[in-house]
Amino acid sequence: MTQVPIFNPIASQDKATLEKIALISGQDIYQCMQCGTCSSVCPMVETMGMTTRQGIHLLQFGKTAAVMDARIGELCASCHSCMVRCPRGIDVAKVYDAVRQLTLRENINLIDLNEIPKETLTDAPQIAFVSSFRKLTS
Amino acid sequence: MKLAYYPGCTLKTKARNLEDSALAALKALSIEVKELDRWNCCGAVFSLADDDLIHHIAPVRNLIRAQEEGCEGILTLCSQCYNTLARAHNLMIDDEEKRDTINRFMDEEPDYKGEVQVIHYLTYLRDHVGWDALREKVKTPLRDLRVAPFYGCSLLRPDDVAIEKDPTILEEFLSALGAQTVSLTEARECCGSYQSLANPDAEQQRLGKIFGAVNRSGANAIALSCPMCEYNLGRQQHQLLEQNANLTATPTYYFTQLLAVALGIEAGVCHFDLNGKPAFELLKEKSYIVSAAS
Amino acid sequence: MGDKKQDELQMIPVYIMGKKYDVPAELTIMKAMEYAGYQLIRGCGCRGGVCGACATVYRKAGDYKIYTGLACQTVAEPEMYLAQLPFYPANRATYKFDEIEAQAETIFALYPELFRCVACNACTKVCPMDVQVMDYIAELKRGDIEKAAKTSFDCIQCGLCASRCMGELPQYHIAQLARRLAGGKLAPRSEHMAEIVRQINDGAFDKWIADLKAMDQDQLKEVYSNREMEPHMGDENWRPKENRGLVS
Repeated sequence: MTQVPIFNPIASQDKATLEKIALISGQDIYQCMQCGTCSSVCPMVETMGMTTRQGIHLLQFGKTAAVMDARIGELCASCHSCMVRCPRGIDVAKVYDAVRQLTLRENINLIDLNEIPKETLTDAPQIAFVSSFRKLTS
Repeated sequence: MKLAYYPGCTLKTKARNLEDSALAALKALSIEVKELDRWNCCGAVFSLADDDLIHHIAPVRNLIRAQEEGCEGILTLCSQCYNTLARAHNLMIDDEEKRDTINRFMDEEPDYKGEVQVIHYLTYLRDHVGWDALREKVKTPLRDLRVAPFYGCSLLRPDDVAIEKDPTILEEFLSALGAQTVSLTEARECCGSYQSLANPDAEQQRLGKIFGAVNRSGANAIALSCPMCEYNLGRQQHQLLEQNANLTATPTYYFTQLLAVALGIEAGVCHFDLNGKPAFELLKEKSYIVSAAS
Repeated sequence: MGDKKQDELQMIPVYIMGKKYDVPAELTIMKAMEYAGYQLIRGCGCRGGVCGACATVYRKAGDYKIYTGLACQTVAEPEMYLAQLPFYPANRATYKFDEIEAQAETIFALYPELFRCVACNACTKVCPMDVQVMDYIAELKRGDIEKAAKTSFDCIQCGLCASRCMGELPQYHIAQLARRLAGGKLAPRSEHMAEIVRQINDGAFDKWIADLKAMDQDQLKEVYSNREMEPHMGDENWRPKENRGLVS
């Protein structure tokens, strides 16, 4: 006779990652009630592999790898539209910043300085380099 | 209040049009500000990671410089400088533990406890000049400009650094210059910021939305205050238009350039060459330009 | 040390790369290392504190702080833990000087990592020449080449700044580019330099060189030993007795 599990616990490895995300972001993702407001106001959501709401949902179940693959953290521009509108008071930008930090802290860059075209290096303002390197290099 | 002017990394070169027009306008309004003798880049973005303090060092160091020079306030023009400095300032007031760690790390500097207020140029104009007084100083009202005010995100979010809740400050400012303002659905949204470097396709998609809204609003000009917004909306605009035949070109201006023009300041100060040709042409066509020779 | 005999010398313990040696007090780090038996091939240059070859990192007993100095200038202290850093890898951009322009964008394109500076100031703290490294990086970020050239003027290219940088910047190479641009393209040209170059090209010194070339080793040694030197404290009116080579 097969036993039907009534609760699918999060794998210990994923649990450790979630704890890290909680520590870095200072946010409680279990406060999220899946209203989707964050996704509806996110200016970059269409370019992400899933919506910000879906990302939080998967995180709640410990599916951190899927959220990292969706590049939500990389594509967030930290505009805080989601944060000021979240009815549950979650700073969503901070959650995804923590997800991005997980990659950066493995000494992996999310933008390659050597790949930036020379025309961009001479054309773009300093502020573009400072901000993107801060957000996307380790 | 003794004020220190903080330019930020981009304002001496790529955004000279922002700095020079702003300082010339202050002079015309008989306001004197002195640039900090010593300053470093603020870091442009505020670090969101709770366990990361090193990225708060850069903004706090500038606040310390202002304090060292005996200033009670630091005046910024760039939206991202404003945002980063103001949030670092709040952090140093609100979080005692982090403040102590940051101060201890900078053992070569005096401690900072939140003595320096961070003020954006727009709020300074409103509070220390006032819209009525500004209206009286305007020599060239910009009557035929229908301006879309683009706040972007850094001036407005998060709430604790918002220059105004439910902001109308840019509209009021533009009205004081005699310009018409239009209602822009994307006015308070993000320009895509640093994504233009890392993910240009995502950026183009963002710009498509913004310019769709700009075109619908009937604006013939965009006013903004951030060099990052100006790069995305202004300098990158031609790329967007090449790929979207249905969008119409709309020149972008720093709000301070419009201020300088309205105050009758000689146009050379505004470096319109940095905005691209159409920006200058539009103002010339409307006969707003005062050149040094005339 | 002078006339003192070995047993009169006060000896102090120092740890060179983890191994303890007793060396006479009052020696420089470089001399202490040589006393301990090290033969310095790299990490040793002018012995006068200007070439930047002998950057040394050390700690003191019971002190968390990192100290730095030039081995040829810094006097060894008891219980010093030290290692010399003859070389530190740092990205150095290649460019054709004639083809680049003296503008901020030149530096941005060659060294985009410039923008990874977080203003932590570790570079300034570690600089043995007391150069305000963080400040010149800030000046370069805003595009002020001339100011950065002045701020970085005392840099001797030892590379310690790069060794401590959390943004992984090669500060000293970037500063060198700034000084080259400032000196080569922004500063006014020096007219007497142009004049002496003209004289050299016209062959005014060819005979001198030919004379030197004709000498044997002993003659060369003698000429070198008897050369006329500008006194250390010479006043500005000092002129060499041998004045044939001066621009008139």
